[in-house]
Formats: sequence, structure tokens, C-alpha cells
Amino acid sequence: MLIYLFVYLIFQINNSTNSQNKHSMLQIKNLQASIEGKEILKGINLDIKAGEIHAIMGPNGSGKSTLASVLAGRERYEVTGGEVIFEGKNLLEMSPEERSRAGIFMSFQYPVEIPGVSNVNFMKAAVNEHRKYNGLEPLSASEFLKMMREKMALVEIDPKLTSRSVNEGFSGGEKKRNEIFQMAMLDPKLAILDETDSGLDIDALRIVANGVNKLKTPENSIIVITHYQRLLDYITPDRVHVLYNGRIIKSAGKELALELEEKGYDWLKSM
Amino acid sequence: MNKNIDNKYVNLYINTLELLQDGAADFVNQARSEAIESFTILGIPDKKVEKYKYTNLKSAFEQDYETYFAPKTVNFQPVDIFKCNVPDLDTYKIYTLNGFYYGDKKLKNKNGIIWGSFAEASRKYPELVRQYYNKYADNANDGVTALNTAFAQDGVFIYFPKNAALEKPIQIINLLINSEDTFIQYRNLFVFDENAQAKVLICDHTLSAAKFLSNCVSEMAVGQLANVELVRMQNEHNRAVHVSSDYVVQQSQSVVNGHTITLHGGLVRNNINVRLEGEHCENHTYGLSLTDKKQHIDNYTFIDHVVPNCRSNELFKSVIDEQSVGVFNGRILVRQDAQKTQAFQQNNNLLLSYEAKMCTKPQLEIYADDVKCTHGATVGQLNEEALFYMRSRGIGEKEARMLQLFGFVYDVLQKLNLEILRERVADLVNKRLRGELTRCEGCDIQC
Repeated sequence: MLIYLFVYLIFQINNSTNSQNKHSMLQIKNLQASIEGKEILKGINLDIKAGEIHAIMGPNGSGKSTLASVLAGRERYEVTGGEVIFEGKNLLEMSPEERSRAGIFMSFQYPVEIPGVSNVNFMKAAVNEHRKYNGLEPLSASEFLKMMREKMALVEIDPKLTSRSVNEGFSGGEKKRNEIFQMAMLDPKLAILDETDSGLDIDALRIVANGVNKLKTPENSIIVITHYQRLLDYITPDRVHVLYNGRIIKSAGKELALELEEKGYDWLKSM
Repeated sequence: MNKNIDNKYVNLYINTLELLQDGAADFVNQARSEAIESFTILGIPDKKVEKYKYTNLKSAFEQDYETYFAPKTVNFQPVDIFKCNVPDLDTYKIYTLNGFYYGDKKLKNKNGIIWGSFAEASRKYPELVRQYYNKYADNANDGVTALNTAFAQDGVFIYFPKNAALEKPIQIINLLINSEDTFIQYRNLFVFDENAQAKVLICDHTLSAAKFLSNCVSEMAVGQLANVELVRMQNEHNRAVHVSSDYVVQQSQSVVNGHTITLHGGLVRNNINVRLEGEHCENHTYGLSLTDKKQHIDNYTFIDHVVPNCRSNELFKSVIDEQSVGVFNGRILVRQDAQKTQAFQQNNNLLLSYEAKMCTKPQLEIYADDVKCTHGATVGQLNEEALFYMRSRGIGEKEARMLQLFGFVYDVLQKLNLEILRERVADLVNKRLRGELTRCEGCDIQC
């Protein structure tokens, strides 16, 4: 609780000093999306400024993961209306890889296993694509390994996992930590954490949350998508939004998360 | 079925018998007459022959080819125009040109290990060669093998005496070059005596655009406790037809690691026959084929567990693109006495286009009651979810596909025990998957 208060205080200070003059990082305007003809997002509006942490909560099936997928560029979803501006660019026109290189990162709810592709080769390819995009030379083998080691320590990943295939045979906790490790390697401007807390025990949750907090700077932003308030004990949001039936039905400060934990969602559904 | 094709080869045999017999060892010639009789009955297998069900060899053999029965003199050094795409590999290199041993006829000899021309070896060491020659090839049941035995003149002979070991691999480079469409038959005999340690790398290449039909039979006798690593790399152009039949016989406690990597080839049929005759043998047979255009690659394996306590393990993978066809037929026979056998077989295939086709057929016949045998076959596509995952990390679509393809074939390459070769082969496979190996360096054929 003490830590919680401490983090809370720091954020209050941060907020009061920074939020006024920060530029808008992501603007979502009346976003509508459907899958196989079924409308899931029915007009989402959201404005995320640089340095902010936004939590998106809501019951199952409300559209949280759809929103994350649409932002990351998953082709299964069809955007039927609205727009998304990321750092002044039309995000919806960009391919998933362009979005990543431009600074968007999504931590997957279900990280994918890729047999035969080692974590090292996977990350080397990704990091060098990002560097190329930013006009930088590829890293040398030793520079890259040094970077890997540093970032692995950040999320307490066993270095042995580097030579293993991506996520293959990883436990649930290892997979989620591997997501945050990738986030650390790619240093995104905007990270979308899609149910990163699901299936984690309390220790794994703390490690993952600590990793995220260490990566937080006054410039980068985070969208935390979660069912539960638990993760928000560690990653303190500036704003909490409730997504229900494809729309944001309530937005407030971080105290909303606690209220939701206590009362559930039913009291909001009639709004 | 059309007997004319078979008659064509029987007539060719009758008309050229004198040439074939000329200078060949008596036991080689003796084997011919029996083999041609067998061929007369069997003929070139058509699709009614169960094990050739998915590959039509008749049409390949129907065409007329130039054949010749003595080494042709060429006005160039094959070594000069051929640039090995596994360059600077530290090996003992030997060459065959259109099935005939090329270069100095004198057999190599290092600490009693002999290698070089098969024809020369059968003349110089008739007692040794006679002991093994034609003892394993299945002339009675396979028409293509019988045809080879009837016509065989040259090829490569390797002999490792008891306890002999060679640090470096022996690399056999088979080159095909002619202006006319050509029919080529050659014969290899490898003998690895007790406790020998050997590595053999075979590379098949075409150097001119003519059509080639190669029929190669390799007999391999593996003595007790011997340890043999055998790697075959096939890289021939789209008009090449290649039938390769291996007959491997293992004595007790021997270990054989065999790899067949088909990077390129028009119509390829590999027959890999392994007979485990002594107890506590271990056999690993791996295969990888990468096909596109109208290529057709057929891998047939037959692992025969004759005695108890042996272990066999098969892993074959193929990546099939465009209109190409892949075939895998894995037969495992566990005979009644072969208790405590462990036999494993796995075949995974990746189809990259709607027109690509794969036929896979595990065939286990088990007559013993205390054995452990498994088999599995999959035919699938690239994982879209994994592609999206990689793209969401900034990796471009093409590169993401490459990573996944390479990941798919990776475990076969990992089984190569020669580290230096593993890297080179991985590099070649990578190039092949990227479409950069459509032509070999130093060759002007547009495959």
C-alpha cells in the first residue's frame, strides 16, 4: 500500500507538471470495426497524450481486444468508420510492420509459438528493421547480445530462453515476460498491453509490472487493457475508461478502477 | 502397359553388351545377365507398382537419350567451370563426369583407406570388391535397380578397413554436362569395415541445359561398430530426372546418419533402403526437399528391422511451392524376431500455394509384439497468426515468411553432425527459399 501511495504521488506530480504541454500521441475518432460482418466497435473516441497511461476495462466481449487488434493492424478486423491518428499519421493506412517501426507495440494476450525461430534471430530481425527505419546501421553481433542481456535482466528472463524457439514450450508467465522483453528491445512510443496480467500468479505479475514501469518514461504512453484492477495496483493509470458493447461508456481517473473492482460493471451498463 | 519402353532398354543392352563388358571385372559382368533377365520381367515401374504409385517413371524413360559407354573426353576441366556452392569446404574431393570417374584413375590410399573409381577398384581389388558388389541391391524387385546392375560401368568406390578413420569428409561431386539429352547410369560401392569412422558428402549437379536421366545405385556395407555420416545434396536443374537408390546394410552396434537434401531437381526419386542386420544398430535417416515450378520430388524409405534391439529414426520435411509435387512413402518393417525395436518416423510438409500437392504415406508392418513404433505425418500451410506476430514486431511480410520457412526446416538441418557443413547447408537452404539459388554460380543454365 505504501508503494502504491508512493507511485501515486509521483504520478500526481508528473501529471500536474507535464500533462498540459504534452502533444497528442494517439487520437481515435469515432472508430468503428467489425469482424465477419459483426459490428464490434461502435464509435470509439480516445485521446492519449505523450507520457500518459490509459487503462481500458470492461466485461468480456465488450471489444477491448478488438480495439487492441485494430490498433496493431490485424487484418481479420474490418474498419468500417472513423480514424486513428498516431503522431500525426493516419495509422489505419499503415501495415502492421510499419506501425511497429513507427513506434506502436502490442503485447499479445496469447503470444504465438514459432517453432524453429530462435528468440535471438527473431529479435535481431525486428530490432534491425526498426534501426533501418530510423536510418541506423544494423547492430553488430556483440552489441546486439549486450542489448539482449540488459533487457532480459529487466524482466528477469532466464538467458537460456534466448536460444530457444520463440515462446515454444514457455510457461504462461514466461510468455508474458517475453512480451515485455520484446517491448524493452523495441522501445515503443505507444505500448498496448492486451490482458498482459491474465493467467499470471502474483510474483509473475509483479515482475511483468516492474518491467513495464522501468520502461516508462515521460515521453512514452501505455494503453493497459485488463479485466481486473489487480495490474493497476502496480501500473498506475492516468485515465481509466470503461468499454462496453463497443463504446466507451465512462472515463475517469484511476479511482474508477477501484470502484469497478468493488461494484462490478452492472451499475454502468444502464448508462 | 507399354512394353516398348522396356524393350528399348533390353535392346540397348543386347547391342552394347560388348562395350559394357569391355575391361569390366568378371563378377560385374556376371551380375549383368541375371539383372537384365530380372529387368525383362519387372521393366520400368509404372504407377501400378505400389511403391512407385505417385511417380510416373515410364514417361521419363520413354524419351530417347544419348548413351555412351566409355568416358567422353572433354575440352575443359570440369573443376574449372564448376564452382562448388559449398565452397572452401575442407574435404577430399573427387569428381564424376556423366557417371564416369573423372581425373587421375589411380586410387587414393590413405592409411589403408581407399577411394576412387569403382571400375578401377574392381580391377585392382577384385577379391575385396567381389565380396560386397551386388550383394545388397534389390535386382529381384526393383526394375530400375536391375537396369542399373545390367549397365553399371563406373562410379565411386570407398573402402575403410577395420578401425580406420578419416577426419575430413570424402566429397563426391557428380557433374552432368552434355549438349545432347543424356541417359546416365552409375554405381557406387562403399564399404565401412568394423569400427570405421567415415563421413561422405555427395553433391549432384547439372552443368548444361540438356535433359539428363540419371539412374544411380549405391550399395553401402556398414560393419559392426562403424559410424558413418552420409550427406547427399541434390542440386540439378528442372529438366533433370534423377533416380537414386541406396542400399544400406548395417551390422551390430553400427550407427548411420543419412541426410538427403534436395535443393533443386526436375523429377527426383530417392529410394533409401536400410537393413538392420545386427543387434543394437542405430539408423537416422533425414530428408529435406524444397520444390517449386513443376518439380516432383519423391522420397521412398524402407527401414527393415531384421533383428532385436535396433533403433531407427526418420524425419523428412518438404516445402512445396507453385505447382510442384512432393511424395513421401516411409515403409518400416519390423520382422517377427525384431523384438525391442524402436522405430520412429515423422514427415511434415508445408504447402505454399493452392496448386502445390503432397502425397504422404506411412507404412508400418510390425510382426513382433514387444516394440515401440511411432509415425506421424502433417500437411499444412504457414501459420498466419505467427506471421502477424512477427509483422507486429516490425518484421516485413516477406522476411516474416522466410523466418517461418526457415524455422520449419531448421530441425532437419540441426541433425547434420558436421558443423561446418551445417552452416553452409543452412546458408544454401536460406538462399533457395529466397529464390536466389535459381542458378548455381559458374553455370549458365537458367533453371
